[in-house]
Amino acid sequence: MQNAEVTKRILLQGGTVVDPQALTARRADVLVAGGRIEKVEANILEADGTEVIDCRGKYVAPGFVDMHCHLREPGREDEETIASGTAAALAGGFTRVCPMPNTEPATDTEAQVRFQIRRAAEAGFARVHPVGCCTKGRQGKELAEIGSMVGAGAVAFSDDGSPVSDAQVMRRVLEYCKAFDVPVISHCEMKELVEGVANEGSVSTKLGLKSGPDVAESAQAARDVLLAEFTGSRLHIAHVSAKATVDVIRWAKERGVQVTAETCPHYFTLTEDVLADFDTNFKVNPPLRTEADRRAVIAGLADGTIDAIATDHAPHLKGEKESEFDAAPPGIIGFETAFSLGYEQLVLGKVFSLADYIARLTIVPRRILNLPGVAIAAGAEAELVVLDLKAEWTYAPDRVVSLSRNSPFLGRNMRGRVAAALLGDRLFRF
Amino acid sequence: MKLRSRHLLGIEGLDRSEILTILDQARTFREVLDRTIPIVPALRGRTVVNLFYEASTRTATSFGLAASRLSCGCVNFSKATSSVSKGETLLDTARNIEAMGVDGIIIRHQSPGAPHFLSRHVKAFVVNAGDGAHEHPTQALLDAYTLREKLGSLEGKRALIVGDIAHSRVARSNLLCFTRLGAKVAVCGPPTMIPPDVEEYGCEVFYRLDRILYEVDVVNMLRVQQERITSSSFPTVREYRAFYGLTAERLRKLAPEVVITHPGPVNWGVEMDFDVADFSRALVLPQVTNGVAVRMAVLFLLAGGEGEEGGRTKSEARS
Repeated sequence: MQNAEVTKRILLQGGTVVDPQALTARRADVLVAGGRIEKVEANILEADGTEVIDCRGKYVAPGFVDMHCHLREPGREDEETIASGTAAALAGGFTRVCPMPNTEPATDTEAQVRFQIRRAAEAGFARVHPVGCCTKGRQGKELAEIGSMVGAGAVAFSDDGSPVSDAQVMRRVLEYCKAFDVPVISHCEMKELVEGVANEGSVSTKLGLKSGPDVAESAQAARDVLLAEFTGSRLHIAHVSAKATVDVIRWAKERGVQVTAETCPHYFTLTEDVLADFDTNFKVNPPLRTEADRRAVIAGLADGTIDAIATDHAPHLKGEKESEFDAAPPGIIGFETAFSLGYEQLVLGKVFSLADYIARLTIVPRRILNLPGVAIAAGAEAELVVLDLKAEWTYAPDRVVSLSRNSPFLGRNMRGRVAAALLGDRLFRF
Repeated sequence: MKLRSRHLLGIEGLDRSEILTILDQARTFREVLDRTIPIVPALRGRTVVNLFYEASTRTATSFGLAASRLSCGCVNFSKATSSVSKGETLLDTARNIEAMGVDGIIIRHQSPGAPHFLSRHVKAFVVNAGDGAHEHPTQALLDAYTLREKLGSLEGKRALIVGDIAHSRVARSNLLCFTRLGAKVAVCGPPTMIPPDVEEYGCEVFYRLDRILYEVDVVNMLRVQQERITSSSFPTVREYRAFYGLTAERLRKLAPEVVITHPGPVNWGVEMDFDVADFSRALVLPQVTNGVAVRMAVLFLLAGGEGEEGGRTKSEARS
């Protein structure tokens, strides 16, 4: 990835500014000086010494927030580091990311939360807002020091990668988090129902793959929304992949439960049919499901049942993925393809307007995580991306920024890309 | 005749005419096995490896015999005695073996798709000798061979597969093989052992054995895996035998021309009563002999069916 250019005055000239709050888009130039937006208006005259970015035909939007990713540091720095991961995030337009706590050791203390934030600041790419463990060591038994971690900068709590199987522990986690007004992110998976990482259905039957049914996700989601209702707590359902889960969340929202949800680009782009060749780059948890599930996920996004789009960026080495299906770790990288896949499926697919789509990557996750809002307005800190929607490009292995290359989208022709990112006075061109 | 694929990964990749090609070739080799000196030089100078990650006596032995009857070298590689126990990956192991100069790899592995994975990374031809609950193509081929011997053809015949369909690679390969050869197939087992959407194979599903058993020409009994006995797939062996076992009582009610097969090894007293063993129509043992001929055919077609040498060995095999 190119190093940032540090420039005093930057003019984003001739673009269309997208406001995901008002759901509008208008032609305007954006002048950034000393890391802050100085003005947003038509035809700003460029002064001497101003770096001009030609944004004609392009869009200027707030930087994206990925509320669900894995940066692998500490523990698996061979797969990804906070520096490499946040660089990859930025290349995908994400200026803030939330790494999940399934590091080694698990992120369950104040010191570890501080460590991650400091590492990201040193690297100087996307910012990091860690998700802390809700139980010590992600063991699902005893509460972690949630309050202290909030004090250090953790924005949500989860044992992601594993469910909190014990209902009493989940109840306590939900109750306790109310004191700090932070959401509990539930990785919904009833382990007892799951024999392997493939959707239980016609594809797993034909391939003889060990599998888990969609009810392993939806039944736990049902339990958790009812616990959230009972405790009056904020619950967020991670990586929704199944139609029944969408139905459960829709029902819960109608009841007034404080529940939000996310899905990932692979769940609205791919189905289980791609497993036919046993390609481990399609092995994710939860697994890719049926066309009916994929359509339900899109419908859930369309009607607001599913709030946010997250990547679940999960780096694994080639050597780990290059194995028989059962032995390969689940997960795929997602930072660098998320925007384009969503643009293809949701905007070109006429599910969302561009502004609504960008809202799901910006203000929606910010609201869920209590992060400050964004405005492309005078006085605000510059945290912007430039989007080239006309671009057609191929996700080739040599352009991957992440340390790992476990993407099922390698070689895929993409529509729309992130052309540049501006973080304060640092400009990144891609 | 030649197969379209360089590998035999499953019945899935074979069409009807390819299945028949293998079965016809197997008939030639079956005659060889009845000779005083049951050996042909068809694959002289070639070597295959038995790469078995799961314990198996009969399949590994059958492939080993098939190779030796073709004058083909065969080395055995088992998980327990290899670097696999030191953490070597499947890919490392396969590449190491290939570097030793083998022509073919016969693999049995607990993970579905392991042979497919291997076929993408090695130059040798790959034969699937069973991959998890996915496929066991040579078992299906030898079942089909045996049934053709008994019934002439599978066209229009009714076949019933009984047992743990969900976890059985034999069931999957037989479903594909029998239907491609024109049989009408039904599966039967407790609902806990029937995988979702199995009807997509073009079969009927029965949960009660007595509702279908007396209407079929072929009964293919599956082995009850030991680990299923301790899981909650069914309550007790006693109850399994009562509802899904081929008991002496059921056997008496079966029409005499009905053919019974089992991939072995049999759990006597569970899926089949001892009485079945004494019945000439139970084909457990002929199946084993035919298995060698079928595997000879598979190795021959994959290793030798091409070029001048292949042509010569083929004519020798038929002489």
